[in-house]
Amino acid sequence: MTDTVHLQAHATGHDIASQHHEPTGWRRWVYSTNHKDIGVMYLIFAIVAGVIGGLLSGVMRMELQEPGIQIFHGLAGMVYGVNGDAALDAGKHMYNVFTTAHALIMVFFVVMPATMGGFANYFAPLMIGAPDTAFPRINNIAFWLLPPAFILLLMSLFFEGVGPLQNGFGGGWTIYPPLSESGHPGPALDFAILALHVAGISSILGAINLITTIFNMRAPGMTIHKMPLFAWSVLVTAFLLLLALPVLAGAITMLLTDRNFGTSFFKSAEGGDPILFQHLFWFFGHPEVYIMILPGFGIVSHIVSTFSRKPIFGYMAMAYAMVAIGFVGFVVWAHHMYTTGLSLDVQRYFVAATMVIAVPTGVKIFSWIATMWGGSITFKTPMLWAVGFIFLFTVGGVTGVVLANAAADRALHDTYYVVAHFHYVLSLGAVFSIFAGWYYWYPKMSGYMYSEFLGKLHFWIMFVGVNLIFFPQHFLGLAGMPRRYIDYPDAFGMWNRVSSIGYYITFVAMIIFFYATWEAFKKKRPAGDSPWGVGATTLEWTLSSPPPFHQFTTLPRIESTNAH
Amino acid sequence: MGAVSAAAVALAPALAIAQEETGHPLPGQYHFQRSVTPIMDSIVSFHNGILLWTITAIVVFVLALLMWIAFRYNAKRNPTPAAFTHNTLVEIVWTVAPIVILIIIAIPSFGVLSDQLTTPDGERKYLGSNIFSFGEVDVPAPELTVKATGAQWYWTYEYVDQEKFFDSNMMQEADRTATKPGQPRLLAVDNELVVPVDTTVRVQVTSDPMGVIHAFAVPSFGIKIDAVPGRLNETWFNARETGIFYGQCSELCGKDHAFMPIAVRVVTKDEFAAFMAAFEAGDYAAANATLAAVQ
Repeated sequence: MTDTVHLQAHATGHDIASQHHEPTGWRRWVYSTNHKDIGVMYLIFAIVAGVIGGLLSGVMRMELQEPGIQIFHGLAGMVYGVNGDAALDAGKHMYNVFTTAHALIMVFFVVMPATMGGFANYFAPLMIGAPDTAFPRINNIAFWLLPPAFILLLMSLFFEGVGPLQNGFGGGWTIYPPLSESGHPGPALDFAILALHVAGISSILGAINLITTIFNMRAPGMTIHKMPLFAWSVLVTAFLLLLALPVLAGAITMLLTDRNFGTSFFKSAEGGDPILFQHLFWFFGHPEVYIMILPGFGIVSHIVSTFSRKPIFGYMAMAYAMVAIGFVGFVVWAHHMYTTGLSLDVQRYFVAATMVIAVPTGVKIFSWIATMWGGSITFKTPMLWAVGFIFLFTVGGVTGVVLANAAADRALHDTYYVVAHFHYVLSLGAVFSIFAGWYYWYPKMSGYMYSEFLGKLHFWIMFVGVNLIFFPQHFLGLAGMPRRYIDYPDAFGMWNRVSSIGYYITFVAMIIFFYATWEAFKKKRPAGDSPWGVGATTLEWTLSSPPPFHQFTTLPRIESTNAH
Repeated sequence: MGAVSAAAVALAPALAIAQEETGHPLPGQYHFQRSVTPIMDSIVSFHNGILLWTITAIVVFVLALLMWIAFRYNAKRNPTPAAFTHNTLVEIVWTVAPIVILIIIAIPSFGVLSDQLTTPDGERKYLGSNIFSFGEVDVPAPELTVKATGAQWYWTYEYVDQEKFFDSNMMQEADRTATKPGQPRLLAVDNELVVPVDTTVRVQVTSDPMGVIHAFAVPSFGIKIDAVPGRLNETWFNARETGIFYGQCSELCGKDHAFMPIAVRVVTKDEFAAFMAAFEAGDYAAANATLAAVQ
C-alpha cells in the first residue's frame, strides 16, 4: 500500500451481518456467491490438488534416486497385473504420465486456484474496499467448474493413452503434436483437453469478474494509483488470463479436431505444421508463467512493507513494472523454441525481447530491498517466506537470463537446467509467495493465530529441502542430462540422489505445514483484527478476524494526505 | 545454502581443466562436458566466462543486501523505521545498470548465435573461445553431409552423398556388457555414426514422416536441433578430436525417450576413407570392421 494514503474504514460491518440472511450448512458453500467463502474453497481445492501433484513428484523422485528403473515397472505391474517386459514398458509410459499430470495439476489446479482463485477472490475486494466482487454468481460458477475439470484430468489417467497397458497421456504438459495426435490415439488426452477447456473457462470467468470488480468497485477516494499492489497484481494477471487462455483454447480445440474429426492443422503429412502448435501453445504458455508469479509479487510487496513498518518503495514503479512484465511477456514466447529450427533473425529478436524482461524484474527485486532498507523489521513467519521468495526468485530469475540467450540455450534446452530454472521461479518462487500469503492472511481468514514456532520450522525445513532438490539439477543440466527421462546414465547418479533426499526433507516440511494448520484450529488463539501491527495498512486489517459475512455495507472513504 | 552452492558453481571453470575424459558425462559432474568443436568452445566461453560470473555476482549481491538488512534493520537494532519511498538516483541506477549488463551479455550472445546458425563457407571466421573477437577461427566448408532421422525409438543415419544409411539402436544391457563394456550404460549403441576428424560435417535432421518430434543433440559438440516430421533442419559441427561423443534424444517422444542415444564416432580422415570405401562396397558391418572394435 502506498504511503500517501490513510485508510479509514468508517463501517466495519460488525453489526451488519446479522441483518442479512446468512446461508448455513452445505448451501452456504455450494450456492455460495460470497467472495470470501469462494476464496476459501479455492484455497482448500488448491491444497487438495497440491497434495496429489506433490505425491506424483515424490514417486518420480523415488524413481530417479538411483540409476535404473526401480519403481515404475512394479507400479505398472500392480496396476495392470503384468510383469516382465510388459510391466517395464507400461512403467516407462506411466512415468511420462506422472510428469505430465504433475505439471498440469500444479499449474492449473494448484498455483492458479491458490493465487487468482483463493487470495485474489478473498483479498482483492477487501483491499479495494468493496462489499463483494462485481459478479458473485459468475464467481460461484467459476469455482464450481474447477472440480469437474480436475476430475476430468484425473479420469484421463485411467483411460487408454497410447495403447493397452499404457493408460493416460504421457506427452508432457506442453502436449506437442504429433506425440499428442498419432502418438496417443486413445481417449486419455481428449479427457485432458476437456479438463483444460473447463479450467480455462473457469479462469476466464474469474478474470472477467476480478477486472470488473477492480475497475468499478474501488471505495470512494481509492484511485487506481492508490490501489494496493496486490490488487494491481491481480488486475494485470486477470488481463493476462483473459488474453492468453483463449489462445490455448484455440490450440487445444484444433488438437481435438485433428484427433477426432479429420482436420490436419498440425499434421505435416497432410499439409499442417506441428510447429504451429508450439507457437500457439507458448503464446499462451509464456504469459501463463507470469500469471503464476505476478500475484506472488503483489503478496510479497505487502508483507515486506508490513513487517518493515515502512511504506512500499517506488509504488508507481512497482505497479508499472508488473504492467511491463505482463506486456512484454506476450512477445517472447518463441524463446521456448530455440531448437525447433527458427531462423537466425527470429532467434535474435526473441533473445533481445526476452532479456528486456530482466529490467522490470530487477526494478521489483531492488524495490523490495529498498522497502526493507531503513525499516524496523520483525522476521515473523510471513516475512521469512517473503524474504526467501525474493532470494529464490532472484536465483530463478538469473538462470532465466542465461536461458534467454539462444546461444547458451543450445546446450541447456530440454535439460535439467531448465527444470531447475522453472522450479526456482515456480516451486520456490510462486509457492513460497503462496505460503507467505497463507501465513500472512491465515489469522485474518480464520481468526486464529498459528504457532510462530511451527510456521518458522516449516519455512526453514522447506527452504533447505527445495534448494537441495533443485540446486543440483543445475549441475545435471550443465552436464547434459535431458529432462523427462525415467532413467539416466550412471554418471548423473550422485546429484539425482541429492535431489531426491531434498524431496524427503520437503515432505517433512509439508507435514509440519498441515500440523501447524491443524494446531492453529485446535488451539484457537484469537488473532485480533490486525495482528501485524502498524505496518499493515491495507483495508482488510480494519475488519474483524475473520471478516464479517458481508463487509463495507457502508463504503470506506479513502482520504489522501499528500500526493506522490 | 543456495549461495554456497552458487559459489561452488562459480569455481567450475577452474576445476574443469583437470578433466580428461570426454564425450560423455562424468560422475558428479557440475559443469559442461568438455568441448571438441569451435561452437562448443564459444558456448563454454560465453557461459563460464560471462554468464556464470554475472549471475553469481547478482545473486551474491542480492543475498548480501538481504543479510545486511536482516542485520542492520531488524526491529531491535533499528526501532524507528524510516519513511522514505523514493530516491530518483537509485531508481535510475538500478534500471540503467541491468540494461548495461544485458547489453554486455548481448554482444557475445549474438556473435555466438550467428556462428551456430551459419554453416561455414570456408571464408567466414568463427569466434571459438575468444567470443569478444571479431572471429579468428577458420572453419572449412562442409565436406560431408549426414542426415539423422529420428524414429520411435532409434536413429537412422544416412551419408547423403554416398546414399548409404543404417540404423542406430541403444544397446541392451546384456549386449553392452558382453561386447562394449567400456561404453556407458544407456549411451552405448550398436552402430555409431562415423565421421572424420577436423572436417566440417553438415547434419540434416528430420523425423519419421508419420512419427513424432525428437531432438538430435551432442553436448560436447554444442549442437541440439529438433527432428520434426515434415521438416528438414540443419546444423553442423567440426570435431577436432577422435573418440566417441554421446548425446541423447532431447525432445519427449514417448515411452523410450530415454533410450535412443546418439553416438558419434570421430575417426582419422584415413580411417574414414577406408570406412566409407568399405561401406560403399558393402554394408555398415563391413565398413565398421575396418575400424578398431569399440570396447
